[in-house]
Amino acid sequence: MKFTCLSKGSGFHFPPCHILDVSGFRILLDCPLDLSALTIFYPVSPSPKMEEGEQTYDFAVNNCLDMRKRQKILKSLICAQPWYKTPNNLHLWDPSSIDLVLISSTMGMLALPFLTQTKGFSAKIYATEATTRLGQLMMEDLVLMHNEFHLFFGSDSGSPQWMSWEELELLSPALRQVALGKDGTELGGWMPLYRSADVEDCMKKVQTLKYAEEAWYNGTLLIKAFSSGLEIGSCNWTINSPKRNIACISSSKFYSVNAMEFDYHALRGNDLILYSDFSSEGILTNDEHDNNFSASTTYNPSTPSDCSADNDDRILKECLLRNDESLEERQKLAFICSCVVDSVKAGGSVIIPLNQLGIVLQLLEQIPVYLESSAMKVPIYVISSVAAELLAFTNIIPEWLCKERQKKLFSGEPLFSHSELMKGEKLYVFPDVHSPELLTNWQEPCIVFSPHWSLRLGPVVHLLRRWREDENSLLVLEDGLDTDMALLPFKPMAMKVLQCSFLSGIRLQNTQPLLEMLRPKEVLFPEDLREQIKFSGSHSFSVLYYAENGTLGVPRSKGSVDLEIASDLATQFSWRKLDHDDVDITRLEGQLFIDHGKHQVLSGNKVSEPSRKKPLLHWGFPDVEKLLALLSRMGVKGSVERCMNDAESGSDEIVHIHEPSMALIEVRATRTVISARDEQLASLIFEAIGTLAGGI
Amino acid sequence: MAIECLVLGAGQEVGKSCVVVTINGKRIMFDCGMHMGYDDHRRYPDFSLISKSRDFDHSLHCVIITHFHLDHVGALPYFTEVCGYNGPIYMTYPTKALAPLMLEDFRKVLVDRRGEEEQFTSLHISQCMEKVIAVDLKQTVQVDDDLQIRAYYAGHVLGAAMFYAKVGDSAMVYTGDYNMTPDRHLGAAQIDRLELDLLITESTYATTIRDSKYAREREFLKAVHECVAGGGKVLIPTFALGRAQELCILLDDYWERMNLKVPIYFSAGLTIQANMYYKILISWTSQKVKETYATRNAFDFKHVHNFDRSLINAPGPCVLFATPGMISGGFSLEVFKQWAPCEMNLITLPGYCVAGTVGHKLMSGKPTKINLDKDTQIDVRCQIHQLSFSPHTDSKGIMDLTKFLSPRNVILVHGEKPKMVSLKERIQSELRIPCYLPANCDTVHIPSTIYVKAHASNTFIRSCLNPNFRFLKRSKEDNSDQVLRNTNPTAPLQVNDERVAEGILIMEKGKKARVVHQDDLLLMLRQKKHDVQFAYCCAAQLDNLEETRNRDDALGLSDKCSSLQLLFKELSNYFSGVNIQDLGEHLQVESFHVSVCVKDNCPYRIIDDSQKEAATVYFCCSWSAADEKLAWEIISAMERFSLIDNLPCRNSISRTN
Repeated sequence: MKFTCLSKGSGFHFPPCHILDVSGFRILLDCPLDLSALTIFYPVSPSPKMEEGEQTYDFAVNNCLDMRKRQKILKSLICAQPWYKTPNNLHLWDPSSIDLVLISSTMGMLALPFLTQTKGFSAKIYATEATTRLGQLMMEDLVLMHNEFHLFFGSDSGSPQWMSWEELELLSPALRQVALGKDGTELGGWMPLYRSADVEDCMKKVQTLKYAEEAWYNGTLLIKAFSSGLEIGSCNWTINSPKRNIACISSSKFYSVNAMEFDYHALRGNDLILYSDFSSEGILTNDEHDNNFSASTTYNPSTPSDCSADNDDRILKECLLRNDESLEERQKLAFICSCVVDSVKAGGSVIIPLNQLGIVLQLLEQIPVYLESSAMKVPIYVISSVAAELLAFTNIIPEWLCKERQKKLFSGEPLFSHSELMKGEKLYVFPDVHSPELLTNWQEPCIVFSPHWSLRLGPVVHLLRRWREDENSLLVLEDGLDTDMALLPFKPMAMKVLQCSFLSGIRLQNTQPLLEMLRPKEVLFPEDLREQIKFSGSHSFSVLYYAENGTLGVPRSKGSVDLEIASDLATQFSWRKLDHDDVDITRLEGQLFIDHGKHQVLSGNKVSEPSRKKPLLHWGFPDVEKLLALLSRMGVKGSVERCMNDAESGSDEIVHIHEPSMALIEVRATRTVISARDEQLASLIFEAIGTLAGGI
Repeated sequence: MAIECLVLGAGQEVGKSCVVVTINGKRIMFDCGMHMGYDDHRRYPDFSLISKSRDFDHSLHCVIITHFHLDHVGALPYFTEVCGYNGPIYMTYPTKALAPLMLEDFRKVLVDRRGEEEQFTSLHISQCMEKVIAVDLKQTVQVDDDLQIRAYYAGHVLGAAMFYAKVGDSAMVYTGDYNMTPDRHLGAAQIDRLELDLLITESTYATTIRDSKYAREREFLKAVHECVAGGGKVLIPTFALGRAQELCILLDDYWERMNLKVPIYFSAGLTIQANMYYKILISWTSQKVKETYATRNAFDFKHVHNFDRSLINAPGPCVLFATPGMISGGFSLEVFKQWAPCEMNLITLPGYCVAGTVGHKLMSGKPTKINLDKDTQIDVRCQIHQLSFSPHTDSKGIMDLTKFLSPRNVILVHGEKPKMVSLKERIQSELRIPCYLPANCDTVHIPSTIYVKAHASNTFIRSCLNPNFRFLKRSKEDNSDQVLRNTNPTAPLQVNDERVAEGILIMEKGKKARVVHQDDLLLMLRQKKHDVQFAYCCAAQLDNLEETRNRDDALGLSDKCSSLQLLFKELSNYFSGVNIQDLGEHLQVESFHVSVCVKDNCPYRIIDDSQKEAATVYFCCSWSAADEKLAWEIISAMERFSLIDNLPCRNSISRTN
């Protein structure tokens, strides 16, 4: 097995991307897009017609660009139709060599159309049903939002000007680093965005699965998805090959408010775990936690193996309880909600360009509660081309949600309250900023949920320009974005900015208890996290560290293949005991079938001839004297003749048989030849040799 | 180990489905239904047959419910709360959501209306449902280390599933009720091709073959339309779940198309709430309905309103859905009393009504008067339309599914005995699968599949995967191209690649069995291979050899080759089914080698003196034990050539033995 980490990604929106070679099949794990790189482009937005006679301040629409202004922007941001950044190393691999693509989350599929439109790509793509649907919506939205650039710049073909070296030289160091990567090699990762036809074509190639549904690839690999708790539909994959069982742990969340809970029990008992949760990279573990954490592992170093599975489970649960994630996350949301309410109270509007569906759904539920408790009546708008469908979709997928949400199904309530809010005219959903319904309903102050988190695409661009000078207004930003660069086109800004980070993975203090509980033999662990987690000595698995762009060979583990033999064959065995040990051997003959990862020997359509029951393989050397003695007991008489032929073959011994008829046995070091005209006699001699020399 | 199938209900009847299957030591109860036709102990399956001591937690590994109909889930609260079963219970999400509605409705009918002693309480129902683990379709659930179950779409009602269960090497499917053709709101049953020891299938329509549903749907819509057009009222007594939504989709869509304004009502409560469930669970419906979620959920009925009691005698036409379906009491009976005496009105009846209900009375013949009890008599003057969209598969569907799955055994349940008997005959004669029809409380025993487990060495696996080409000449039985063969002397070759797995199974004390290649065995024994071969130098007497040789010499062929070629021709002719290869120096058939022997004194020339003189040419043969039989056949043939070769017609020789 070979493993290559193509990209370790960064944050929630850009998950890692790996290549795995298993049992002769090449598997690509996730195909993400680095959308944070969009910030190097200057945003454009459509002509806003919110208030009549309003001066359109968008330089793009004015079209008569002030040359000075353009120069200034050029120095800071690229004024061109954006391209999109894919993991650069992905392009070093021949797409036709990939057999299988496993998508673990919506974020992990955004670059998939680039792959599916390449010539020769024929891999099977697996993703969960919910991820596929949500991913499609996200990609469609991306294409529609990008169309605004298209309308402004027109369709361009060929390599854009900004990618020429002369222009790249002009970029500020920060921009250049985004464009070229740290080591200046990543320019090849940039791609012009796919079209909606490409998205449609891509979706046709995706094979959707339910959680824990069995998918067989080529009758050899068993692929299953188990919920990771990160987002609706996101999953961790297990790959069972005849040689090794592998679990791939992507960013997973123990605490989940919407998505189905992290199903870590299902990952137990695999030989190898690919730990690919980079979410805690760079986050120093709290000292106090750290102490607790090491205490928990030394707590029970030598448990008897029989009950330790449950014990590990208990240790993990204790660890999760101690580091309660839910409280902290709830506090964060409460803080956002109170900031939102403060802003609207002061007469400002709030723009929330978050794309984490889970967070948006929670805020959509909690903000109205906060508004109500402070007796505010402020409309909430969701503006996105796919919002209506997205929200409708979340209300029909109880199978993909956490236990608490499922309870709503069983008591006959809508899964999410947004449908009620829409009926109660507290929440409005519009496809874009210039939809007629929006213009007639628009009220300020208001609270707007709108893409895109990079602040370069979508309705958010327009609304930021509208409210940037209002000091009472509030922008809620996601962590992981270079704020300076992101806000550059909107400067000077008077509006408040609230940047918040949400937990989007496994906390390091839970990592070791989790791995202990899963009981793998080997763990592939990120080199970048090596400093942050010290595996205490008692762990039962070996750890191999991997780094971005490095290939790791994992030596084979299972020595032999498990074989199943049909019982009708087994009843026909004729056993033979080997002299020296307690070993019985028998000849096995049938037809080998390999299906569903199983090797089975079934009785073939050919019926064995009786002669086949004779030993076909001999070893050792028959003693001629003993042979003669044995033959004479059978009524066969003869005499021995020794002759030295040549040095190489050594001495030949020839037995001449006189009775019952003429025959000859030529015994050499590696070969015995029986020569007789009488069939019966020949087989009698053969039998005698069989009993003297070992044979089967 | 074997599979043991104990039928507690729905054996040769319809009602209280309940089958307990023991498969490789794991015991699963499929469905836990009640019988609607009985009021006494026969209403529930006889659970005491599972465990005399009534210790169900230790005698059952899990309970699986296929769908929310009472004849499949009705006894579950009784079994868990009264009998005390506490183990896992599995059902699909919709079944878990909808079953408590059905149970509660039934409990109310039983207690509040019929005044019977209650078998279980509302609390029992909710406590019971707490224990249920909801599963998604195709989700593989590991009940314990050995038992694996999986649900497949059955299309009978929302959330109906067929269940697959696997323990070790044995596997089975219990279908529950299913439908093989898609209908207005549900898709058709869908299942993977599985390796099964047993299929337990319903057989409600064991002998019926049904036509398209669309004609019947049109008929229904026409009847309703005519009635409301004439100012009449339509009463549709129905179950709250399933049929109501299906008919409602039908009517809502028709109203839209025909631009009708006549109100459609749902009797308050249950059905309206049921629609909410259907809205959330829309992904379990048919593809067409499913796609409506983004625009307008198909279960957001446009033309449907809540019904108020005061509207019963309001003037003007309307359509009303009311429960219960068989007009056994409740609101549908109340409305029936009011509407039945008027000719303008229409009452539709479901496909099946239990004896004793008003529905059943209306179905049997065309009564003009119905006696409700001693004092009440109703004049029935309204029109009656009987619905016949049954969401069960017909016999073709059962046969198709059985053929598709090709299980080793079939058990039929949930049907009427005479029809089941004829279906059983068909399964046994047409599909050649043993089929059983156990009655209630009968047990069927079936052998289960078991494989011998062993490790296999890589060399063995590789050797099995090597191609094993066999070149066979067309067999003699193949008479169709006789002409071709006569004109073409070289018979066409047939190439076979029948790969054989040949290895050695080793059993060592205290170790797992291993299968190795013979080379592995020698390595293990630290022994060298010792070939044991047979050899024989065969004398052949070819009379016309001289002539042939002369002719061949002219062509510059050597002596040796020509006699070998002659032999080749002879043998090819004689063993027409066997592929003989001419390799120049020698001929080869499997391991049998033959070459011309030029030695004056070959050690393998074991012959009597008398034969010596007659011989004109010697062929030295060698072979290994594997081809012993063939070798002796060839040798005796070769010896015979010398005697008969001078016969004029060589082709007349036929193989004799």
